[in-house]
Amino acid sequence: MAKYAGISPVTDYATQVLAVADAELSKLRHDPMELLSRAVQPALWLVLFGQVMAQVRGLAGDINYLDFLAPGILAQSVLFVAIFYGIAAIWERDLGVLHRYLVSPAPRTALVLGKALSSGVRGLSQAVVVYVLSFVLGIQVSLEPRHVLGVIAFIALGSALFCTLSLIVACIVRTRERFMGIGQMLTMPIFFASNAIYPIRLMPLWLQAISRLNPLTYEVDGLRAFMLRNGVSTIGIGLDFLVLIATFTALVAIAARLYPRMGE
Amino acid sequence: MPDGAAPTPSSGTDVAVSTSALSRRFGDLVAVNNVSLSVLPGEIFGLIGSNGAGKSTLIKMLTTLLPPSSGGARVAGFDIIGEPGQVRRSIGYVPQMLSADGALTGYENLLLSARLYVIPRRERADRIAEALAMMNLTRDADRLVQHYSGGMIRRLEIAQSMLHRPKILVMDEPTVGLDPLARHAVWDDIRTLRETRRMTILLTTHDMEEADELCDRLALMHHGRIEVIGAPAELKRQVGPEATLDDVFAHFTGLDIEAEGYRQAREARRSAREHG
Repeated sequence: MAKYAGISPVTDYATQVLAVADAELSKLRHDPMELLSRAVQPALWLVLFGQVMAQVRGLAGDINYLDFLAPGILAQSVLFVAIFYGIAAIWERDLGVLHRYLVSPAPRTALVLGKALSSGVRGLSQAVVVYVLSFVLGIQVSLEPRHVLGVIAFIALGSALFCTLSLIVACIVRTRERFMGIGQMLTMPIFFASNAIYPIRLMPLWLQAISRLNPLTYEVDGLRAFMLRNGVSTIGIGLDFLVLIATFTALVAIAARLYPRMGE
Repeated sequence: MPDGAAPTPSSGTDVAVSTSALSRRFGDLVAVNNVSLSVLPGEIFGLIGSNGAGKSTLIKMLTTLLPPSSGGARVAGFDIIGEPGQVRRSIGYVPQMLSADGALTGYENLLLSARLYVIPRRERADRIAEALAMMNLTRDADRLVQHYSGGMIRRLEIAQSMLHRPKILVMDEPTVGLDPLARHAVWDDIRTLRETRRMTILLTTHDMEEADELCDRLALMHHGRIEVIGAPAELKRQVGPEATLDDVFAHFTGLDIEAEGYRQAREARRSAREHG
């Protein structure tokens, strides 16, 4: 076995993860319009959908509906950004950029984690947008540091999770056209079979069961507890976090196995 | 061992690349069929053949991108199946498709490679500057690669693949889609790398002029098999006096070199660049 050049395996690994993430974020720096264009959708949901649905009394229990909706829309916009990574991966494969990653000595999990990390940062930029909108709409947003940290943690985790899921789907479907179809088929059910825009208790029982298997439900629950001034978690922050971490870990393991097949 | 250098194998390295009965099947199709060849250290070795001859599949196996169906190979002394990480550290790879990221600058592309290969931080700037200078890209380092010409992108990709000072550079169709000037510049770069770095270069090409001018030895692939191996002059002599490499190609494959493959690959590369 030859000696390896780096300082330690841990710092080498971190360097490789950050290399991938930083390349992604450099693209964002070169083209910040992408962020602006992504601000439109959450604005529509909060301003149009939210304002109308807020007229329905008691939809979200005692909570003002817009307050209830804001963390859900935040989670949704993070989900949509993260799902974009799968199509980007197919794009990179078609161009040949992916091969540069795959012939490098970086462990395959480092390549996946790097993408996931950059998705987390992209997700945070969505949070800034949703927070600004929330202030404008008079939503009871909490700016307490520990609450903000909680939101950051849940966004980063949720975003990384759905990015990795999207990479897995990309590795399976392999073409942009198929991914477009699957992407729609994936994001809408994930969104609607969650507690993002209505409480789980309003759902029929079968849908309640599905929504409990849905990672987005746990992300929204965590965000609801941290984003709002009087936010509460109905599931429990600890469980939310645990479910997301466990799901993410499993998905990274699967993605790292499938990712090299994209280069074949 | 110096920081950031390619690893040294435990076994001898009197050959740079050796394959033994290497095969790859895709369903019923045998893309690479029982290929056994050796590439010597410091030589420029060319794999020639038409589209679908199996060159790219062979290259993908040697660069660990694709597992073989049977047989094996050692690259820089490491086993492609058992020691893929060591193989990856020992080689530089310039794929046929565009591998530089158009949405990043030249410098950012190089930085990405430097970090993926964990070149120590204190050496990164020097190595990147050196690679940029060698490939004549210093002035364009901070421009987005999508604004580069085809020749510049190729040179950037070569710069990216040599940052970690690999012993072997593997290039899949290095000059497809380049204009004659850029093509000659890339040839010069390849020769310089061999002279100054004592690198072994394994490349594939459709281009018989390229094979003739650049390569020390050639292997002609056809339907997944190696039909003949030898120096360009030697191959030509085998076919007859006054024979060109085109004649060699036609003699061993029964095909005309004006096969559509070349044009197709050219167009594929051009459209890839436009999308980039």
